[in-house]
Amino acid sequence: MHASTPNIVFHAEGVTKTYQMGEVQVHALRGVDLELYESEFVVLLGASGSGKSTLLNILGGLDIPTSGTVGYKDHDLTVYKDSVLTRYRREHVGFVFQFYNLIPSLTARENVALVTEISTNPLVPEEALELVGLGERLDHFPAQMSGGEQQRVAIARAIAKRPDVLLCDEPTGALDLKTGIVVLEAIERVNRELGTTTVVITHNVDIAQMADRVIRLRDGRIISDEANPDRKAPSELSW
Amino acid sequence: MNALNRKLWRDLVNLRGQAFAIAAVMASGFACYIMFLSTLDSLQLSRELYYRDYRFAEIFAPLKRAPESVRQRIADIKGVEKVDTRIVAPVTIDIEGFPDPVTGVVTSIPDSGDPLLNRIYLRSGRLVEVGRSDEVVISEPFAEAHGFQPGDKLHIIIRGKRKQLRIVGIGGSPEYIHQLRPGAVFPDHERFGILWMARTPLSHAYDLEGAFNSVALTLSRGANAQDVIDRLDMILKPYGTTGAFVRDDQASHKFLSQELQQLDNMSGLFPIIFLGVAAFLLNVVVTRLVGTQREQIASLKAFGYDNLAIAIHYLKMIMLIVFAGILMGIAVGAWLGVELSEIYVELFRLPFLNFVMQPSRVIQAASFTLVAGLLGTLAAVRMAVKLKPAESMRPEAPAEYRQTFIEALGLKRLLSAPARMILRHISHKPFKSALSVLGIAFACAILMTGRFQEDTITFMMDVHYGLSERDDISLAFSEPTSYKALAELRSLPGVEYGEAVRAVPARLVYQHRSYRAYISGYEPNAEIKRLVNTDLKPVSLPRSGIVLNEYLAKEILGIRPGDLLTVEVLEGSQPVRQIPVVSLVRQDLGVGAYMDIGALNRLMQEGNAISGAYLYIDDSRKNEIFERLKERPRIVGTAVREQDIRNFHRTMDETMLFWTFVATLFAGVIAVGIVYNSARITLTERSHELASLRVLGFTRGEISYILLGELAVLTLLAIPLGLLLGNVLCGYIAASLDNELYRVPLILAPHTYAFATTVILVSATISGLLVRRRLDHLDLIEVLKTKE
Ligand SMILES: Nc1ncnc2c1ncn2[C@@H]1O[C@H](COP(=O)(O)OP(=O)(O)OP(=O)(O)O)[C@@H](O)[C@H]1O
Ligand SMILES: [Mg+2]
Repeated sequence: MHASTPNIVFHAEGVTKTYQMGEVQVHALRGVDLELYESEFVVLLGASGSGKSTLLNILGGLDIPTSGTVGYKDHDLTVYKDSVLTRYRREHVGFVFQFYNLIPSLTARENVALVTEISTNPLVPEEALELVGLGERLDHFPAQMSGGEQQRVAIARAIAKRPDVLLCDEPTGALDLKTGIVVLEAIERVNRELGTTTVVITHNVDIAQMADRVIRLRDGRIISDEANPDRKAPSELSW
Repeated sequence: MNALNRKLWRDLVNLRGQAFAIAAVMASGFACYIMFLSTLDSLQLSRELYYRDYRFAEIFAPLKRAPESVRQRIADIKGVEKVDTRIVAPVTIDIEGFPDPVTGVVTSIPDSGDPLLNRIYLRSGRLVEVGRSDEVVISEPFAEAHGFQPGDKLHIIIRGKRKQLRIVGIGGSPEYIHQLRPGAVFPDHERFGILWMARTPLSHAYDLEGAFNSVALTLSRGANAQDVIDRLDMILKPYGTTGAFVRDDQASHKFLSQELQQLDNMSGLFPIIFLGVAAFLLNVVVTRLVGTQREQIASLKAFGYDNLAIAIHYLKMIMLIVFAGILMGIAVGAWLGVELSEIYVELFRLPFLNFVMQPSRVIQAASFTLVAGLLGTLAAVRMAVKLKPAESMRPEAPAEYRQTFIEALGLKRLLSAPARMILRHISHKPFKSALSVLGIAFACAILMTGRFQEDTITFMMDVHYGLSERDDISLAFSEPTSYKALAELRSLPGVEYGEAVRAVPARLVYQHRSYRAYISGYEPNAEIKRLVNTDLKPVSLPRSGIVLNEYLAKEILGIRPGDLLTVEVLEGSQPVRQIPVVSLVRQDLGVGAYMDIGALNRLMQEGNAISGAYLYIDDSRKNEIFERLKERPRIVGTAVREQDIRNFHRTMDETMLFWTFVATLFAGVIAVGIVYNSARITLTERSHELASLRVLGFTRGEISYILLGELAVLTLLAIPLGLLLGNVLCGYIAASLDNELYRVPLILAPHTYAFATTVILVSATISGLLVRRRLDHLDLIEVLKTKE
């Protein structure tokens, strides 16, 4: 369901991020210019420490840049006003973290409900879990599930509110091939069926074959930005 | 229930042990406050009701003898509402089969029974009937002490005449709630009784026909008490009044008020300590909780939960714990309040108890508890709110450990690796460790308060009866008597030695302050009655001038040695003199003013008179001596020292025992609360580390040593500090207990320290075992599966 004339949803210009670590300054981002389009599936590649997570966090309104401009549609994401960023996240963004970050004291269904309860037009939790193939595991606690299952719960949780953008930081990082593919299929399906703009960070070059576009980072800068006209389904991947 | 609340609930279930421990500490503070204040309120209310319903008089005036016609003049004083004239007569009571000397006070009531003021509350039987001259109503505690029932008989010796009386009723009056033999410090219901007789027969027996020797009156609304007293004193002056006084100076009322004041003093201190400790515990637990839930909080924020929602989430948990504490506190507080009130009602001899737990008190206590809970957790909740969603996506940085200074001292070789882990962990969070130590120390201190009163009282008794009041028997004469009486007493078989005393009622005035007391005149170099200085060394009375005890001089009159005290004698020719205060003496029980007996007699211008005697007797001939004494008409009061000591203990024991119980209970809760919480928190914080050690081959015993060793170190550090704190706390309590009746010195016996130490060690051990059990069930795989 690609838009024929793609609308720009994210617009970033000259984005830098500097961390002050005592005496030392760490330049996580050194000037990033970027545009992301509606319904696009983007993969972010780069070595460890190249600034991928930092960029994703800024796009997701978890953090703000040190300098530069970032906007999502008409939202300015450079102003640190917690209530504004919170509302932006609540209304538009779904996150999938590398370490799942499920609430251990809540079941799969309740973890999803945590998000649907504060959204305006969500899927019902069961539906979201069905979408990631976990319709049978509704009442299991995180501790009773494998890493891949937990990650799929995390995806269900991220997509249940029908976000406009889905941001995934190494969603398969801790998973084996087979489980990784199941998780990626879930993400791909959301992107395809709901038209959600999706950004996935990975260390795995093969995953890039799923994307509409592949962006590479090195040392806090974008070193390449290539379209992938031949988008593959997750099941066709091999790594 | 929404998902977030469900998380809250499950977290709370997980933390149930800790949450319960905190709630219990909160409940202790709350209960303590409620216990004290509901007791105070209940006693005050019960006393007020009693005063109102039984028309307790507001002004009292004792005198020698006035014709009944004077009554009308008193009633005409502006501001007087109701007047009652009575006869109040000291008597000796003879009870068959009870050899000890018993004295009493008979107060007249109208021949028809019910008096206008100071009405009689009847527990059983009836009041006197017109025309019966041998009927008597006796006070309830006196009846209980001897098992008297209406219908029983007893004898009184009044003005030297023996009279048989028949008991028709048993009861009490607001005038004699607290019944104390003049000069005694604690009640002795076996040897002192309050009696009521019809006016006519009493006036015959006491030679006061058509006259009275006591006035009680109430004031009309808005009347000025001092004006009434002044007028009354003027009217009664020719009739030998020793001066009218208000309720506040009435013996029974004064005693009750002072006891209630003490209760009030105590009610503030302990709740503050308990709530402080609870706040600290909450702080530790919630801070920890927020620490372990960093990622959860961050995810919640990433999904769009705002700071307020996060703050409310944790506040709800705190509130739940606080409310659990409050509920438990209400229940325990009401229970203890009833218990304590009952003890006091018994002690004060109030006829009934109206137990009240005022909603305003509960609300007050609940607000304190709530505020304590919120203050304790403010920092932790702030921490949760301030957590940046992006930053908490990564796990907490490994904690920075340093070598401890003990290791730096070069003692490293002496410490095993686990011992080093213990020390480094304690010094890693010095502030938190210090707070734990302080909390346990407080528990230890509270335990000491439960015991120190007993030590103190033993000491006071030793000083009072061992050093200064060393008589076996003390006697009082109905009127000043010549020295011959002493010689006679000395010659009684079984009496080994005797000393004279002259006691004179007087108003002591210095600047704007005044106080009514007896001035006691002792013989020079008295052997039985001695005065002691601050160092507890006997001092001899100066030939002239007056000696006061420290409390009377410093606290009541504000006078110093060298100053001139105005003495207005309230007896005989009522001379008024300026007498220099020569020195101060230590006296922990009662207040007193002392003079050389010769000097006192010169002041009175009555020649060499004595008003009482102190005797050493041969104990085996005690009963024989008592028999002889009963025959002597002029002897109105006899006290046996041994009995005084027993009474003192009996009175104190019940209240003390109760407080020991309460303090031990609450301090135990605090000790277990703190040690258990510290242990549980350490366990959560370090379960990964400990499980890793197990995987590496450490035994359960070895990892228990690491975990519990830390608690042992904290506990051992806390005990000396606690004993020190206990000393301070007991000192504070001792100081706040001081009143006219007694000054409480701070005396702590070794067994009190031992007791506190033992309870803390036992509590710590119990907590240790509870945690140790969890350690045995440490799930190695589960721990290693979760990321660090
Ligand atoms: N909160 C922070 N404080 C200090 N430095 C930080 C912080 N967050 C990130 N950095 C640094 O910024 C740089 C970029 O970090 P980032 O997490 O974006 O890398 P990444 O590309 O996601 O790496 P990885 O593939 O390992 O996850 C790194 O050098 C990192 O150490
Ligand atoms: Mg990263």
